[in-house]
Amino acid sequence: MININISDSAIKLNSLNRRMFILATAKIIILGGIVSRLFFLQVKENKKYLTLSDKNRIREWKLPPIRGEFQDYFGNTIAGNFEAYQLHIIPEEVEDFRYVIYRVKELLELSDKQFKKIVKKKNEIKPWETLIVADNLSWEKFSKINNHLYDLNGVKPVISISRDYPYKENFTHVLGYVSQANENDLLTNENIKEKFVPGLKVGKTGLEKSFEQKLIGSNSVERYEVNAYGRRISQLAFQKGDKGETIKLTIDTKIQELTNELLKEKAGSICVMDIYTGAIIAMHSSPSFDPNSFVFGISQDEWQLIRNNPMKPLVNKSLSGNYSPGSTIKPIVALSALENEIIKPDFTVQCKGHKNPLELYGQTYHCWKKEGHGFVNLREAMKQSCDTYFYEVARRLGVDRLSVTAKKFGLGQKVFKDVFDNEKNGLVPNTEWKKNALGRNWVLGETIITGIGQGFIQTTPIQLCLMTAQIANGGYKIYPKIVVNDDNQYADKFTPLYKKSRNIKIVQDAMFSSTNEVRGTSYRSRLDDPKYRFAGKTGTSQVKKITELDRELDLKTFQIPYEERDHALYVAFGPYKSPRYALSIIIEHGGSGGTVAAPLAKKLFKMIIDRHEIRKNYDNKKYLDI
Amino acid sequence: MYQYRRFNNKNGFFQKFGNLDYILLSCLLILGFISLATMYSTDGGEVLFHTRSHFIKFVVFFSMMLVISFINIKFWFSLGYLSYAVILGMLIWTINFGITASGSKRWIDLYFLNIQPSELMKIFIILCLAKYFHRMKAQHVNSFYSLCFSLIIIFVPMSLVIIQPDLGTSLLIAISGIVVLWFAGLNHKYFFYSCLLSIISLPIIISFLKPYQKLRVLTFLNPDRDPLGAGYQIIQSKIAVGSGGFTGKGFLKGTQSYLEFLPEKHTDFIFTLFSEEFGFIGSVLLLLIYSIIIYRVIRIGALSRSYFAKLFCYSFGTSIFIYVVINMSMVLGLLPIVGSPLPIMSYGGSSMLATMIGFGIVMSAKTHSQQSIA
Repeated sequence: MININISDSAIKLNSLNRRMFILATAKIIILGGIVSRLFFLQVKENKKYLTLSDKNRIREWKLPPIRGEFQDYFGNTIAGNFEAYQLHIIPEEVEDFRYVIYRVKELLELSDKQFKKIVKKKNEIKPWETLIVADNLSWEKFSKINNHLYDLNGVKPVISISRDYPYKENFTHVLGYVSQANENDLLTNENIKEKFVPGLKVGKTGLEKSFEQKLIGSNSVERYEVNAYGRRISQLAFQKGDKGETIKLTIDTKIQELTNELLKEKAGSICVMDIYTGAIIAMHSSPSFDPNSFVFGISQDEWQLIRNNPMKPLVNKSLSGNYSPGSTIKPIVALSALENEIIKPDFTVQCKGHKNPLELYGQTYHCWKKEGHGFVNLREAMKQSCDTYFYEVARRLGVDRLSVTAKKFGLGQKVFKDVFDNEKNGLVPNTEWKKNALGRNWVLGETIITGIGQGFIQTTPIQLCLMTAQIANGGYKIYPKIVVNDDNQYADKFTPLYKKSRNIKIVQDAMFSSTNEVRGTSYRSRLDDPKYRFAGKTGTSQVKKITELDRELDLKTFQIPYEERDHALYVAFGPYKSPRYALSIIIEHGGSGGTVAAPLAKKLFKMIIDRHEIRKNYDNKKYLDI
Repeated sequence: MYQYRRFNNKNGFFQKFGNLDYILLSCLLILGFISLATMYSTDGGEVLFHTRSHFIKFVVFFSMMLVISFINIKFWFSLGYLSYAVILGMLIWTINFGITASGSKRWIDLYFLNIQPSELMKIFIILCLAKYFHRMKAQHVNSFYSLCFSLIIIFVPMSLVIIQPDLGTSLLIAISGIVVLWFAGLNHKYFFYSCLLSIISLPIIISFLKPYQKLRVLTFLNPDRDPLGAGYQIIQSKIAVGSGGFTGKGFLKGTQSYLEFLPEKHTDFIFTLFSEEFGFIGSVLLLLIYSIIIYRVIRIGALSRSYFAKLFCYSFGTSIFIYVVINMSMVLGLLPIVGSPLPIMSYGGSSMLATMIGFGIVMSAKTHSQQSIA
């Protein structure tokens, strides 16, 4: 019994020890497996996991880049930056969002509408994205928030850099304005997409938009260590971004301000240009609006007010206003006729007045003057702006030859190429164009009215300014520029646009007579001092066909409904002795060019020529400094 | 016979004291120290709740282990069935009156502490089965009756834990039981066939799993299918371990845990944190300490005179090994996530208590190695 017992326990012990041995072997193998797994993860794949771990813990925050400034010719900032007090919330970092947002509403005295907008915005963004509650707080409210920060967990008062236009409406149409980048901006501009942060402002129109790439600058980057919930633990690095380039314009703020002053309460445009360098001295479209109101988003009421204004403040009339040039085209008609040797300066036509209008194929063509001008030669016709004379010249010249000259002098094409995205081409018609565009043949009557700048022909104020400048400088091609150091070297710069320079002289002289001689259409706006004396040509472009009844009534401008009044135009250059500046003025529905537009030129030239010295001295000093 | 009795009688307090396994004890102390340091790190380099609580538990249960060492192994033998029955009672109690936390009823409130009976069951099932097989003759081990009985012993607590629900612990209980069966000499073919059967029935079992458990299996097969949801734990754990590198990021410098990317860093994922801060070297060292502990436990079994003590030591050592292996494989992405603590390292009183009771019995087997049990 005992033996059996012993052998039994021996069997059991044997089996136990044998199995222990088997398992021990297995254990060593498994341990080897674990160790090799550790080796694989920690030694072989270490780099990969180290990167993943850094990706986990390090998060980068892009800060909005600081936008480059705009300066006028004398270095005054015309679009700068100022410190805006803002309030940001990252919803993820706020424990009780409802409480905090109501508290903020109370402190900032937000209206229900604003409040709803904020809550809606919060629901649209991701919880870790920045919610901008207020983007331009007054100092009082900003300090109020700062005093209550203990109660506002997760709310961040931020001092951010924002756009400021110190001259308000003066530069609106040149510079455009900035506003919050929207989806469209991100889609169309890679650069904006790359630098985007919530609240980034980008140029929407004008030079702000055209020079976006240069202005935008680069983001500062903050690198933070964050925990699993995205809460910042510590700052690891700060990489300062570059401010955008400063862009210097050729514009003289003083003259720009004067143009704004002159056009107050009127719809229209003034362009002033250096006739040799092509530098734009002033360019203004009226009415304008304050671009500062767009920086933080314009209110609906204000927007409606601007949008529904019948004078169309949103349109940059200098560049995208297409107008019939009226009599301001006459210098080109005359020049073209002289160049093509259709007429000589002493070519004479009899203007018989309204009783005996020019008749062609059953159509009548009236001169503006009821009594007629009698026998006029070229100089007299330009001076008194005789329409009959130019009907006859245009009839002999033909529209095709006229269009060649007009295009040569800059009409019918964009003056700034692609600098402004809203610039219009205008239109210089010819027979081929009509055939292609309208599918009908050119009619002689259309040539005749083209001779006085009516009909199909359309020009923008800046084109008229360029045209005048190129006549004033003796007929040489120039390329207008608005940015200093815009070193676009065109090969054909200063190439002559004429065949005989004598012809240019004749036209210049005719324009001089129009302003400075008795019976000249702008005689009343002359400046007698030889220093300021200028030459110009008036224009009055019809908005609506003049009927016989209108002619009988001969109403004064203020008696006609606003929309039916004529546009008043004036182009001029000066000082006459040694020309330097050219300008074009257009007043929409202003009446006659001689009475409405030309007087503005008088005031302008006074200042332009006075400031020429300052401009020249500034130039020289600049070179001395170097 | 007389001499033997003399020898036995001389087995007084100091004799026992001298008979303690000091290598095992010092290894346990080192492990305790490491676990405290790691716990200190999980608290972000401060002595906070977890560190303090873990320290108290370790000290109390380590002392308790020493006390148990001096209790005759015979006492534990006699307590085998009773303790099993008590724990079973506690499990039933848990189901009815347990404390619910994060969706499962695992704890019972003993007024001065909350205890998790399922953790205790991992040890006491070994004790119970060891006693059962101690008395059995070799030829009866593979009998139908004994097989049925031992399977019932395993299945009852297992199913009680599953309905808590706590799949991880119930599997560990089953494994503890099966390990004893293996050492007791159950025929190899049973293991072979049951393995085969479970592999075949795997799809059926999966269809019975709860949705979140299915998700865990799927996540294990491809953690990237939901990196921020179900796969988050395992991905972050691998990143932590992997970024530790050869020498680790340094004590208190584990960014993954410090910045709270690691889930469950006090309990199941404590090894991840350790491995991130101490690297490959530290991890291998930790494995070495565990290996020494397990080796000493098995050596004590080998030197014991009684079959019961041998069976217990072998099974307990092997169970500890399996717990360690399962926990590490889990955090290293070799096994699906199941709740299984790392013995002594992980935070958790019940687990520590059970482990220390186990070591106490092993130590008791050492001090009473010449004790034979009828």
